[in-house]
Amino acid sequence: MTVDNQPQGLYDPRFERDGCGIGAIVNIRGERTHTVVRQALMILQNLRHRGATGYDSETGDGAGIILQKPHDFLLDVAEGLGINLPAVGDYAVGMVFLPTDESQQQAIWDVFQSQTERVGLEWLGSRVVPVDPSVLGEAAAAVQPAVFQIFIGRGSAQDELAFNRSLYLARRLSEKSIAAQLNDAAESFHVASLSVNTVVYKGMLLPEQVSSYFVDLTDPRLTSALAAVHSRFSTNTFPAWRLAHPFRWLCHNGEINTIRGNVNWFRAREVSLANELFGEFAEELRPLIRSDQSDSACLDDAVELLMLTGRSVDEALRLLVPEAWQKNSFMDQARRAHCEYNATLMEPWDGPAALCFTDGVRLGVALDRSGLRPCRYTVTTDDTVILASEAGVLPIPADRVKVWGKLRPGEMLLIDTKQQRILNDFDLKAEAAAKFDYLGWVERHITQLDPQVSVAEPELLEDLSRQQAAFAYTREELSMVLSSVARTGDELVSSMGDDTPLAVLSQRPRLLFDYFKQQFAQVTNPPIDPLREDMVMSLTMYLGAKGNLAAPPSSSALLVRIESPLLTPGELNSLERIPALKSCKLSTLFSPATGVAGMRMALSELVDDAVKQVRCGSALLVLSDRGVDEGHAAIPSVLAVAAVHHELVKLGLRTRADIIVESGEARSPHHFACLIGYGAAAVVPYLALASIQDLIQSDELDAPLSYSEAVKSFVKGGQKGLLKIMSKMGITTLQSYCGAQIFEAIGLSQQLVNEFFPATASRLAGLTFDDLARETIARHRHSFDLRRSAEDLPLPGGFIHYRFGGEQHAWSPEAIAKLQHATTSGSFAAYSDFRKLANAETAAPTALRHLLTPLKQRSKVDISEVEPASEIVKRFTTGAMSLGAISQESHEALAIAMNRIGGKSNTGEGGEDAARFQPESPAVSRNSAIKQVASGRFGVTIHYLTHADEIQIKIAQGAKPGEGGQLPGHKVDQQIAKLRHSTPGVQLISPPPHHDIYSIEDLAQLIFDLKSANPRARVSVKLVSEAGIGAVAVGVAKAGADKILVAGDNGGTGASPLSSIKHAGAPWELGLAEVHQTLIINRLRDRVVIETDGQLRTGRDVVIAAALGADEFGFSTAPLIVQGCIMMRKCHLNTCPVGIATQDPVLRQRFSGKPEHVINYFFFVAEEVREWMADLGVTSFADLVGRTDLVGQRRVEGPSKARHLDLAPLLHKPQISPKFTKPASGYVPDTYDDSLLQQCRPALEDRTPVVLSRRINNSRRATGTLLSGEVARRFGAEGLPDSSITLRFEGIAGQSFGAFLAPGITANLVGAANDYVGKGLSGGRISIVPPKQAQFDGDVPVVVGNTTLYGATSGSLYVAGAAGERFAVRNSGAFAVVEGVGDHGCEYMTGGVVVVLGGVGRNFAAGMSGGVAYVLDTDGLFHLRCNPTLVETRRLSNASDESDVALLRQMIHRHISHTQSERAQAILTNWEWHVAKFVKIAPKTDGASASKKLGRIKSIKRTVGHEVQSHV
Amino acid sequence: MSDPTGFLEIPRQKTAYRPIKERVKDWDYVGPQTLPIEQNVQQAKRCMDCGVPFCQSDYGCPVHNVIPEWNSLVGSGGWQEALKKLHATNNFPEFTGFLCPAPCENACVLNRDSQPVTIREVELAIIERGFEAGLVKPILPRQERRERVAVVGSGPAGLAAAQELRRRGFQVRVFDRGQKPGGLLRYGIPDFKMAKHVIDRRIEQMKAEGVEFSLGVSIGKDVLLNDLQRDFDAVLLAVGAESARDLPVPGRDLAGVHLAMDYLTEQNQVLAGEVASTTINAKGKRVAVIGGGDTASDCIGTARRQGAASIYEFSLMPKPGLERGAETPWPLVASTLKVSHAHEEGCERVFSVMTTGFRGVGGQVSQLDAVQCAVKDGQLVKKPGTEFSLDVDLVLLAIGFVGADSKIVNATPGLVQRSNGTISGDLNGMTSLPGVFVAGDARRGASLIVWAIAEGRRAADAIERYLHQ
Repeated sequence: MTVDNQPQGLYDPRFERDGCGIGAIVNIRGERTHTVVRQALMILQNLRHRGATGYDSETGDGAGIILQKPHDFLLDVAEGLGINLPAVGDYAVGMVFLPTDESQQQAIWDVFQSQTERVGLEWLGSRVVPVDPSVLGEAAAAVQPAVFQIFIGRGSAQDELAFNRSLYLARRLSEKSIAAQLNDAAESFHVASLSVNTVVYKGMLLPEQVSSYFVDLTDPRLTSALAAVHSRFSTNTFPAWRLAHPFRWLCHNGEINTIRGNVNWFRAREVSLANELFGEFAEELRPLIRSDQSDSACLDDAVELLMLTGRSVDEALRLLVPEAWQKNSFMDQARRAHCEYNATLMEPWDGPAALCFTDGVRLGVALDRSGLRPCRYTVTTDDTVILASEAGVLPIPADRVKVWGKLRPGEMLLIDTKQQRILNDFDLKAEAAAKFDYLGWVERHITQLDPQVSVAEPELLEDLSRQQAAFAYTREELSMVLSSVARTGDELVSSMGDDTPLAVLSQRPRLLFDYFKQQFAQVTNPPIDPLREDMVMSLTMYLGAKGNLAAPPSSSALLVRIESPLLTPGELNSLERIPALKSCKLSTLFSPATGVAGMRMALSELVDDAVKQVRCGSALLVLSDRGVDEGHAAIPSVLAVAAVHHELVKLGLRTRADIIVESGEARSPHHFACLIGYGAAAVVPYLALASIQDLIQSDELDAPLSYSEAVKSFVKGGQKGLLKIMSKMGITTLQSYCGAQIFEAIGLSQQLVNEFFPATASRLAGLTFDDLARETIARHRHSFDLRRSAEDLPLPGGFIHYRFGGEQHAWSPEAIAKLQHATTSGSFAAYSDFRKLANAETAAPTALRHLLTPLKQRSKVDISEVEPASEIVKRFTTGAMSLGAISQESHEALAIAMNRIGGKSNTGEGGEDAARFQPESPAVSRNSAIKQVASGRFGVTIHYLTHADEIQIKIAQGAKPGEGGQLPGHKVDQQIAKLRHSTPGVQLISPPPHHDIYSIEDLAQLIFDLKSANPRARVSVKLVSEAGIGAVAVGVAKAGADKILVAGDNGGTGASPLSSIKHAGAPWELGLAEVHQTLIINRLRDRVVIETDGQLRTGRDVVIAAALGADEFGFSTAPLIVQGCIMMRKCHLNTCPVGIATQDPVLRQRFSGKPEHVINYFFFVAEEVREWMADLGVTSFADLVGRTDLVGQRRVEGPSKARHLDLAPLLHKPQISPKFTKPASGYVPDTYDDSLLQQCRPALEDRTPVVLSRRINNSRRATGTLLSGEVARRFGAEGLPDSSITLRFEGIAGQSFGAFLAPGITANLVGAANDYVGKGLSGGRISIVPPKQAQFDGDVPVVVGNTTLYGATSGSLYVAGAAGERFAVRNSGAFAVVEGVGDHGCEYMTGGVVVVLGGVGRNFAAGMSGGVAYVLDTDGLFHLRCNPTLVETRRLSNASDESDVALLRQMIHRHISHTQSERAQAILTNWEWHVAKFVKIAPKTDGASASKKLGRIKSIKRTVGHEVQSHV
Repeated sequence: MSDPTGFLEIPRQKTAYRPIKERVKDWDYVGPQTLPIEQNVQQAKRCMDCGVPFCQSDYGCPVHNVIPEWNSLVGSGGWQEALKKLHATNNFPEFTGFLCPAPCENACVLNRDSQPVTIREVELAIIERGFEAGLVKPILPRQERRERVAVVGSGPAGLAAAQELRRRGFQVRVFDRGQKPGGLLRYGIPDFKMAKHVIDRRIEQMKAEGVEFSLGVSIGKDVLLNDLQRDFDAVLLAVGAESARDLPVPGRDLAGVHLAMDYLTEQNQVLAGEVASTTINAKGKRVAVIGGGDTASDCIGTARRQGAASIYEFSLMPKPGLERGAETPWPLVASTLKVSHAHEEGCERVFSVMTTGFRGVGGQVSQLDAVQCAVKDGQLVKKPGTEFSLDVDLVLLAIGFVGADSKIVNATPGLVQRSNGTISGDLNGMTSLPGVFVAGDARRGASLIVWAIAEGRRAADAIERYLHQ
């Protein structure tokens, strides 16, 4: 069983992720009771829905508890074993997992004991921890360890710090020597905790199993004043006891995105740190942070090491997971200086995190800078604090509630049981900042560049066009890409995806950058919106030698702060002249005449020189490839920087110097990202700047810009691009991105990767160092062939648009013409011409599948025996293209075609006209069977959801995974605005993440919500291929999805930045095979259907995808080509000349596609599938799925790079044993909601009003949603008349309270609710009021969680209290009144009205393009909290804003009538005074100019189609 | 940057020719002497900068001109850069600018359901402006190479190859049997389609670049191919496909029945002062031109200017439609009715007629016999009972060519001529003789000038590779 989770095929356990629920309880006075333990365990049980189970429903993903060392209890039980424990502070207790074999146990004890004594501690003995194995699930029981407690005495340790260091040494040295000596036993050996103050009980358990398994926990003698619990949701199903939380110091809800970089940087620092802390043992201990463990475990290690330097646990966490301080205008100088000091010591461990930590005396929680995980807390009148991912995890009588609060992004809350007080974020950080003169330190140690030097004179390079060619510049790149960014400051936007080959399949030499694909966040953590949430982003870097973590601040060297990593030659020059920062320039050139060996030699000399220079005190290494000419070629810059970086890391020298890359090669955001991701701190793109100067001189820039203006634009564009690349992985600071290696390599050999890019995924083999050198030299030779004129250089290109003689395109002119001729004429013979091209029989391969080939079988069958085409086409879908991206004509023709053949079309992210839901005739139905739910939630109403056969959650999109989208205002006409509940002419923004999916357990919640809304539809989740997608898919399957769509990286798009189209994500072949294999290994394959898409074109494509594991197949570009698309790549400009990707009425008239053409196409494909099936001897399509044995790798002849590829991992077939899988149990409607539905029958059947009253708790989720679905099904979008159904609840509601609530339903809640209240609100009314009995201490209580009213389209919400982050995010029509909101209020709002009668957090109204908000600005600082990019704000005046004032007053009245809010009452009482304190926030009045724009487009003189002859 | 909505806002506009009444009175170019620049800038803005520019693909331009790029440059005023990009793929954009039937415009995406960009005119504007501004200068090789290459034939294929090879440093000599270089360009194309100085200024540039010319030398007669093989490291045969297709019907031998090329050449020689007067002249005659292609049009225009009394054009094929037929969907070349400027100047176009014979008086043709025909199952069949006769004084046969002149093949043992008259070459254009290459019409049969240029450029690449082995 354990062999399953070894790397095999495309499965690699290192990609596993997790999410969870956390909770804690503390008695502020430090009173130790058993009640605390019991209540903590109750909290754990109430978080069960945040955990998960695998194929074995009795085996949880892990759960556990950390508590104070129960001294009295241990004293008793140890005495019984003949162990005399010393005083409480003089011994530590360890919780240890051991193998069940007794001789192995003995061997481990021997080692542990001797190491303990070696470091001067005293081994006191061990105890078998009593457990009840009968509660375990089958899978957990099979690998159950023996659980022991050990007792270690203080021995010779002088003080607590010394004791802790010795305990650390004892543990780590034992772990190391056990791993070295006892191979088998080491597998099952794990020290869960070893501490003077705490103990951890955890295992592969379900939350409710924890207390029954560990008998100790129910023993009333076991007491604690504090306890933290954790329930895990992991993306694997392998029982692994050690992966459960809590760890030794913390439990973590979230994910560290930059873990690879953080671990590497720690490695770079560890030589000095280890020497300082552990003296003689230093060498033996390394690496201090093990890379073979989870991100949370690494973080726990880091916390521990920082604590051993003398820092407190909270201080350690502030250093590792700092708040966003750079752009916080509310932060005072001292605190800012403290943050900056910390920033120079340590890059943030970046990623979503709610962290609960304790050292046994203090317990705290902290949120990461973006605050993407929820944390709510309650303080009771009897001095207990309860903190958890959710409110309501422990029932507290209302009259004992004193505070209902929640943590804001970057905040920390600490309870100190010794001081017996709560330290809030402000006090905590102010205290820490006051401990040292950080302000003085910053002034003394940090300098910055003179802003005057930024743009120096333009540079003239000799042989510019040859240099450009040598660095693979193309004419296309110069005229389209570079000139665009220099002109506009934005990266070029393109469309229709990427149909050029992978670099390794290209017939041309490509830059090394092209072999790296950017990775991105999906499901297990969210991408970030770098534009709208700029406040958390930072590109600041500190150049120079970094301080030692264990040394005092005074010992630091001078650092230079740069605000951007893109430097001009002038800036580099002035950096090099700073005397206190010793720099040295190292050339990365080599002589091409010396060939492959020469490049290798030059690289190793470069690395040696770099090491030497750092040892001699250089703090800045400038790797430069200036001077390329006939005799000098450049080592690929990312190779050079990675080689130097890793060598310096290895030698522990890396923090003593920074690396700057001065390269002619770098010019796009992807290039900058690669260089920084592999270790560069800054980049000087000198050739790009010289090229810009040349463009200006030759009039090619097409804008009257000076050199310095153009350079500024270029740099700005580069910065934006970098932010986008970082944020798509959820990374906010460049410091963390630096060295984090967030890439997957495709087409590089393992040897090359291991040597220079260690730990980068590269799964299909590929180019060796020598191949790379040959490619570099070949390009150089061609560029510097002096016998040829440079007139033709650089080469044409053709990477974006097709160019004759340029890069190959799958959609060549021939392919387009042939497919159109075939489908319009209905000729299968003509289709055969097309498929020969498309299957790479008569063209070179462009995709991995072209290197695979179906293997004709001897057992071939007659084609008449094969399943008919009419059945096969039912497995086909068309892609998610919204009405908005494409025209109504095109959208409906696809729907009609797919409905006619029994396939499925997809709404895309844009809603759908309800008129299409009912078929017009048996032959004509325009209803899209698949209704998409994407991050913008446009048009996602309960009515829409109930008319779906399949609801697709779009997590990512192939052309731009990890990014949001934008529908430009000029495409938003009346109809589209109506469907999307927005304003015509106003741009619409889809956020990068779903704001209700920041983690895997959130996805489970959304799936639950959608299934509640429409239990009959299957729910699918669309992912994009990348290394690690298999683990994500397992999580998705466990979250309850019915289908997983694996999209390739090259699919089409209406608009996307070029570097995303080209460089993000992986081909579907890799992702599909990984998902299929990983699901099999986890025994979950039977639970889900797998679909794949991404430039599928032919029957052969389908057959190969099926063999790799796909059941269903999505097509987008090909059906559009069939409709007349000629790959204009102008979708983003609205000028599609064939009427497809345009909303322009004149162009739409040109649409010539017919449903019949699309039907012809799909039948051709299916017929081709049948031909292949006959050859393969397979009669039923279902039997083809997963048959990798029917596919082989095709040999590639000639000098092609593709011959290096090894596709065996794609074809791997996992063997699982024991072979059992359990099919999914299917969706079971929540019994609670189901009973509501039953009791509301009178309203549903004859509209008799119903009123119900219920108690509710946090495990009741999506309350009212099932009922709303039934209302929408019966009564359509209109729903029922107001107040037909009134539901009264009391208690703390679970997540998604009132999600998609339909018109006619009113939900009144007395109590509080969790996240996602009123998600997708569709006309219902919600009111939430805290209990009257509560004794709140003055602050407005937080009564609803985060992301309230996300995607609401209509209805109303009244909250007599405060809400969390992102209130009314993407609201497009709901009315709401609330008495306080967190950060990002009204983000991306496009409609509706929001009234806030209290405080608001930062970044209010970011991306708000519609609707209106009124905020009571009590402290007069609202302007600092508002993001003014899209909105304008104005104080209301009773006199001049009559209609606003009337609306506001009316809403407050309603608020009072629904909630009896005293606060609102007080406002009305003193109305005149309050009115003037309200600020109105509304989109800038370019609403008018937007519709004017719309008008202008319509009024363009249309003269197309007439030829005019004029005489001259 | 291209104008994203230019195609919606600007109608296609072609530069008009001079008024018919005026232009038929002289031999000068039918169009205006100076092109309206502003108009071309506007027209260039109609280019949509397609993601897949069919114009420059195999469906469109044989030299794969980077049409969207120079359209975009012209649109924004970057004439000089546009010229550079145009010259990068086409050595002689003025030849194609004046003469090309523009397959690029057929394949233009706008031609799918609207009117294509006036690509040919934009091309002409770029190069003519370039000449006016003195931007067309000799480009000297950066390094001399000692290898010598002989190019036989100075039509567009030979000239393109010669220029390319010379610019790469080779020692290049062009041989032609004509008095002046240019081949069919000079002797086949009437002046009213392209003035001869257009050729002369290009030849001047080539001479300045170091290309040497040996004129009045007929290879296979004056000098043997084997001699060239001996004296040069490589030889390119760019001898054209001037062997005309004949019409073997009764009365073919009568006086007054001529091959079109003989007729056209003579008029060109007269205008160039190479010969004093024509022996075949249409003045005052009833002229019948047999054939419906470009050469037929050239004959019509020439006959008109010579003062023909009446002109008939007899085409074998049925009259094409005005709209694209279903059998040739875009971007395939559509067989729609083409109206040349010569047609506009006046002639009777008769379609679906097969000439069956000529009758004469005193050895001089006086009557043409013909019959109507139709296409049935892909075959042309005569329609019984539709026979008719027409009084004529001059008959010009413009019904195509059947391959290279056999003289050189006959005089060179080992050189292989295919049954279709072309000279056989391998994928690189190398003939059965080592180091002897073939390009242009001689290799692919009679075709467009632009194809000849493409062939010449490819041959230059092949020869360079050959000499570098």
